[in-house]
Amino acid sequence: MLRYTLLRLLGAIPTLLLVIVLAFLLVHAAPGGPFDDERVLPPAILKNIEATYHLDESLPQQFWRYLSGVARGDFGPSYRYRDLTVSQLIGSAFPVSLRLGAMSMLLAVIVGVGAGIVAALRQNTMADRAIMTVAMTGISIPIFVVAPVLVLLFAVKLHWLPAGWSGNVGLARWMLPVVSLALPQIAYIARLTRASLIDVLGSDFVRTAKAQGLGTVAIVRFHALKPAMLPVLSFMGPAIAAVLTGSVVVEEVFGIPGLGQFFVRGALNRDYTLVLGIVIFYAALIIFLNLIVDILYGVIDPRIRYR
Amino acid sequence: MGASWANVRGNRALVVSAGILIVTAMLAVIGPLISPYDYLSTNFDALLRAPTMADMHLFGTDDLGRDLFVRTMLGIRVTLIVAIIASIVSLVIGVAYGATAGYFGGRVDAVMMRLVDTLYAMPFIFFVILLMVVFERNFLLIFVAIGAINWLDMARIVRGQTLSLREREFVDAARLTGVSSARIIARHIAPNLVGVVVVYVTLTIPQAILVESFLSFLGLGIQEPQTSLGALVDAGVNQLERASWTLLIPATLLAVILMCFNFLGDALRDLFDARQTR
Repeated sequence: MLRYTLLRLLGAIPTLLLVIVLAFLLVHAAPGGPFDDERVLPPAILKNIEATYHLDESLPQQFWRYLSGVARGDFGPSYRYRDLTVSQLIGSAFPVSLRLGAMSMLLAVIVGVGAGIVAALRQNTMADRAIMTVAMTGISIPIFVVAPVLVLLFAVKLHWLPAGWSGNVGLARWMLPVVSLALPQIAYIARLTRASLIDVLGSDFVRTAKAQGLGTVAIVRFHALKPAMLPVLSFMGPAIAAVLTGSVVVEEVFGIPGLGQFFVRGALNRDYTLVLGIVIFYAALIIFLNLIVDILYGVIDPRIRYR
Repeated sequence: MGASWANVRGNRALVVSAGILIVTAMLAVIGPLISPYDYLSTNFDALLRAPTMADMHLFGTDDLGRDLFVRTMLGIRVTLIVAIIASIVSLVIGVAYGATAGYFGGRVDAVMMRLVDTLYAMPFIFFVILLMVVFERNFLLIFVAIGAINWLDMARIVRGQTLSLREREFVDAARLTGVSSARIIARHIAPNLVGVVVVYVTLTIPQAILVESFLSFLGLGIQEPQTSLGALVDAGVNQLERASWTLLIPATLLAVILMCFNFLGDALRDLFDARQTR
């Protein structure tokens, strides 16, 4: 188990390195320099600036400097937010995004699994069909449509919840962002749970449990749910990636000062180092979270042996 | 290609979604020709006009007084074209890569598929955004970038099919008569992949639409005065409180188009795949 974890951690390093190399080369392939503004600088000053940011070094030298910085958690200075480093920006924005993402995932798992169980137990009834139709719709509708429509409905028309972030406090301002981010994942998880629970409920050990006189609730709770959760667990990897991407949209729509908003601002402002840093940070995060999912998979499923 | 025309017609989800898509595409082509307005002209006497039959502003006007019916139709056109071109890019890369890996098998296959696995773990959408930053949101690049994301699934599926195809007699026969590997892949393997490929292209198109509208929504995709459904939704969000139709119309159309493609892909997969994979 420990050996497997260590091996997987080592295996993640080439992937991460590939991400860093690709992203770094892409940014350095950009035509023009980061300080080619409308304002034309005297050559001497431009030279000084380039020396400060080490832009006068050769590409391998710059890459080595950047890589050793990243290894220490230093993503260099931001080109637009001149007083801040990229690490400071990520450090201030990430906790907000993390909270948003974690709350959405939690909501998605609870509601999705719940709806999936109901649908599986009431297979081919009205309740099942209703849940599955809603789920199919939820999968097809992109998050940048869901979020504004929820704002229109609950904030603009009904005035139940605030539409924006700033000027509001407490749980109320989290409600719409978390729900919009969770909805597509709820849909996927409900479908997965239903399909795999129906599958498990047809297996021999469930029949045995039934023959021993166990009630439906006890069968689902003590026997069927755990094996039925395995496909849901494998879905967590893609779900995490989807929530990170969705978070960019949700933060834009609600004006939440998270990582996604900095990313989009950085992209629109051509803040190369910031965008580069966030891409690498996101990649590391996705790789790391996927690793945790893989390890959890082995913890839950005793049939998986690590060598 | 195991499905007969009768099977296709008997599948209601397939017929309905294909019908809606065809009608939408035709409207997107014909609509702007019939309307008295164009997508560019602003009219400051008709800002944010609600949808009305009276002066032919069927979908109303936006905050610059431009006719939203024509802009929406243009948006659908752009969205569909981007998606189709991106899918073709992903098809070409995916089929070439997957067929090569599957045909040679062994170590070549192992290395090539290991690369696919590595790429799967990458946050591609963020790379596309990085590309947009670096290359000034070049519109042609959007096609290529989206296609470059979507080829991974195609490569996996094609490889699986090729692994079984290469054991067939006609491939052996071709090899024995001295046909080169490249030619066998192009002339004997590829044509037999058509069924599977058609199905997965149908499922790739909605993914490509999603990426394009995501980028345009964030302002990183298509640039004004050109537009796409994602860009229209973005503009609608800004007018949310005063003119909700500017959001609801493109949002609904985008959702319907995505849903139809998903239903169509699912239905086609059920029809074709039933024989080929089970």
